[in-house]
Amino acid sequence: MEDTQWPVWEVFVQGNPGIPHKHVGNVHAPDAEMAIQNARDVYTRRSEGISIWVVPSNAISASSPEDQGAFFEPSNDKPYRHPTFYKIPDGVKYL
Amino acid sequence: MEDAKQLVAFEAKIAAGQKIEPKDWMPEAYRKQLIRMMSQHAHSEIVGMLPEGNWITRAPNLRRKAILLAKVQDEGGHGLYLYSAAETLGVDRTELLSQLHTGKAKYSSIFNYPTLSWADIGAIGWLVDGAAIMNQTVLARGSYGPYSRAMVRICKEESFHNRQGYEIMMTLAQGTPEQKAMAQDALNRWWWPAVMMLGPSDDKSPNSDQLMRWKVKLESNDAIRERFIDRTVPQAEFIGLKVPDKDMKFNEKTGHYTHGEINWDEFFEVIKGNGPCNAKRLKDRVEADKKGRWVREAATAYAAKQAKEREIA
Repeated sequence: MEDTQWPVWEVFVQGNPGIPHKHVGNVHAPDAEMAIQNARDVYTRRSEGISIWVVPSNAISASSPEDQGAFFEPSNDKPYRHPTFYKIPDGVKYL
Repeated sequence: MEDAKQLVAFEAKIAAGQKIEPKDWMPEAYRKQLIRMMSQHAHSEIVGMLPEGNWITRAPNLRRKAILLAKVQDEGGHGLYLYSAAETLGVDRTELLSQLHTGKAKYSSIFNYPTLSWADIGAIGWLVDGAAIMNQTVLARGSYGPYSRAMVRICKEESFHNRQGYEIMMTLAQGTPEQKAMAQDALNRWWWPAVMMLGPSDDKSPNSDQLMRWKVKLESNDAIRERFIDRTVPQAEFIGLKVPDKDMKFNEKTGHYTHGEINWDEFFEVIKGNGPCNAKRLKDRVEADKKGRWVREAATAYAAKQAKEREIA
């Protein structure tokens, strides 16, 4: 059998109930079950989490850094999406 | 010139304090330098497990043994964070490990010294991890995102290593005269290697403006060394131990300690492979890799079997 370092899995840890899982790093493992066990040993040695997700690294698609400007540009010229765009007279409450 | 334009944008980003991420454009020299630094750093973490692992079965009590086990496990984890960070630059972990095992890649000079007594475990945590923290808190401000984040994480964990080492030294220093002598002996042997592990002095290691500008290197070796000495000498005095440097003096004017001559010949000899334990460390590392192979094969076979069973079900 060929010696291998196994595929890479990205690791997401939920720190506390109710908050989102956050990317913390990756591990090498032969399957999802062992990836979760390795992730526990590497990323939650000091009570950093209550739940772990693992995803094969090659399953993640990402936006491209080169296109960052153009890609996110459509949201830059729409300040009216923010509540602070609107002027409300002093004295008007609960708005 | 597309590259020239990209270089300007790259440097502007770093100057603005932003991090460079794996898929961003970067100069080839930047990528190469980071792979070299991160892999050497990762190798140091896992080779560093060896001198300490030597004392796990001989720790003086269960508390110390549990702590040492946890510390050595941390070092393995640090190696993993760093190999992962290096892999984001397009190198393969198998390739990096093979560079270590064939002696092509370097690791920190400090791990080529032997751990002769239990007090050495105290000295390593206090001095070696102490010096490593000085270096790593600087690297945490570096420009490459994955490396910088790994450093932040590692520094948090190293703080425990540092303190447990000092506690071992303190306990010995307050014990019987023999125990105190053991602590002083460990300090005598580890002091200079720890001072040297922060790298050659600035006149021997000119910092390239480029690496500084790219925030790969952020402070000079001598500046980091001074901080380490300033913090560590009073810690030794507090527990009644003396650093083995007859020229060590506090300079009221500068507010820093001045130290005696460093034996750089010794440092370069150890780097070249002529330290007391270079051959043993490499042999043990290769052996560990060989001995671990059946575990990797068994895990692969188990994963294949599980997948097959899921298919049938």
